[in-house]
Amino acid sequence: MMYQIKDLHLSLPDMTRKPLLGPAPRIEILKGLTFDVPEGAVVGIVGGSGSGKSTLGRAMLRLLEPTGGEIVFDGQTITHLSENALRPLRRRFQMIFQDPMSSLNPRRRVGGIIAGPLRLHGFEGVSARVDEALDMVGLPRHFSRRFPHELSGGQRQRVGIARAIALRPDFILADEIVSGLDVSSQAQVLNLLGELVRELGLTLAFISHDLSVIRRLCSRVVVLHQGVIVEQADTATLFDAPKARYTQELLQAIPLPDPFQKWL
Amino acid sequence: MRDARGDMRRPVGLRLWLSGGWLTLLVAGAIFAPWIAPKDPLMQDLFLGRLPPFWESGTEPGFWLGTDSLGRDVLSRMLYGARLALVVALVAGTLTCIIGAALGLIAGYYRGWPDRIISRFVDIWMAFPPVLFAILLIAVLGPGLWSIIIAIVVIDWTRFARVIRAEAMTQGAMDYVASAQVAGRKRFGTMLTEILPNVLPTIVVLLTLEMGIAVIVEAILSFVNLSISTDSPTWGGMIAEGRTSVHQAWWVLVFPLIALFLTVLSFSQLGEGLKDRFDPVLR
Ligand SMILES: Nc1ncnc2c1ncn2[C@@H]1O[C@H](COP(=O)(O)OP(=O)(O)OP(=O)(O)O)[C@@H](O)[C@H]1O
Ligand SMILES: [Mg+2]
Repeated sequence: MMYQIKDLHLSLPDMTRKPLLGPAPRIEILKGLTFDVPEGAVVGIVGGSGSGKSTLGRAMLRLLEPTGGEIVFDGQTITHLSENALRPLRRRFQMIFQDPMSSLNPRRRVGGIIAGPLRLHGFEGVSARVDEALDMVGLPRHFSRRFPHELSGGQRQRVGIARAIALRPDFILADEIVSGLDVSSQAQVLNLLGELVRELGLTLAFISHDLSVIRRLCSRVVVLHQGVIVEQADTATLFDAPKARYTQELLQAIPLPDPFQKWL
Repeated sequence: MRDARGDMRRPVGLRLWLSGGWLTLLVAGAIFAPWIAPKDPLMQDLFLGRLPPFWESGTEPGFWLGTDSLGRDVLSRMLYGARLALVVALVAGTLTCIIGAALGLIAGYYRGWPDRIISRFVDIWMAFPPVLFAILLIAVLGPGLWSIIIAIVVIDWTRFARVIRAEAMTQGAMDYVASAQVAGRKRFGTMLTEILPNVLPTIVVLLTLEMGIAVIVEAILSFVNLSISTDSPTWGGMIAEGRTSVHQAWWVLVFPLIALFLTVLSFSQLGEGLKDRFDPVLR
């Protein structure tokens, strides 16, 4: 198993309701999630806005510390590991962010953005690896001299992918990586990601609120609603016979004439 | 969008050239003052008092911009005065910038208790009226070059701290900071390699602005005779002297005023010019 999530709880202090003195009240965002991410799987995490998908993703990458439960990455419990203890592990789980305009440092060149993490983890032959990563995501090598604002939206998202795969991670979390793109670049980026996952033997968690995207890419789906898993199943099972009411509603909301078209 | 950006570059270049040009001239004049000043700036000669500038009648050769009522050469005194103005601008500006920006960066990026301490400190600090604060400080420290510099630093670091804190907070919420953490970069390293380059344009603009302010403050303090000893020439001192005899010898007042004006204006434009020229992200 790549990831084992057991009864994961996470609450954050609500600063808007903080009294003048004393601690802020905490709002519970994840209310006991349990699921596994098998090695080599592509797991879709789906749910409406505010259901806690990003929070779950950030907890899995330990950008947030859970308040309860357990996260096991490849046999190692990382639930409460300190940042120093996590650092050697961090190469192995990477993330692609939703908004590349925000996730790519605007004042660094593409080459530096991809090379930074490589240097940090002591890779040899960094510039060759940067070129290789650009090749893999289908960007010309001279793009390494460009700044993020000199790229198109789809190209920026490819840089985000290149940065993640350059480290040769075992696991990648992709948080709504196509929601900011137009339909044709969405398809391109998704195809690219699908290919890379197969080629590199990656395990992928793919967060989206768009079920048609999930259906194309994922082998397994976890449906999240208000911080609770309402259903998890293999993709085919879920789309053919959704059990939970919320999943049925989501499927009906797919903006297609017939959400069960086989050619999708 | 790209076309509009292309159009904006031209006036920007001019701004940088003009302000940079004047300041380069000034720095060169200040450094080489002992060699290029036509006269000894302190030498008095009552027979050569109130000579007009070179284009009017009744001048003496060598006194290009005339003399004051004691017969001292205005151009030479301005060149030596530039030394003091620039030393104060560079030293006070840089020190203010380093202290204020470092504290602002730490408060804005780390948040938590460092932010609470620094922000509280800034609030208390800014409750003092600055001019009173400066005069009080100089009264305690005694007039002198370092008193001026310390007064400027002590009063103005809060400006940097406040602005840079806000900038660092905005930048700290960006995903590229989270991305650095995903890559395993340490917090301090992230502050220096990710946040700092993004607040640097603001720091540069504030720094040059602060240098201009330092020149004005030095001139004001010289004007009210709180600056360094009275015999070394300062622009503020010259303006104060020139004011008393403006009807007989306008040049003693006007030339230092023009120099002061151009210098402050140039400093204030230099930062924007540098930012527009060298910042890869045009906002
Ligand atoms: N720092 C925070 N402080 C307080 N509440 C937060 C914080 N971050 C997120 N939340 C709340 O947690 C809930 C889940 O947020 P999250 O970002 O995980 O949702 P999401 O499923 O990713 O939604 P979207 O599809 O809109 O991205 C939301 O109700 C949000 O308001
Ligand atoms: Mg989200």
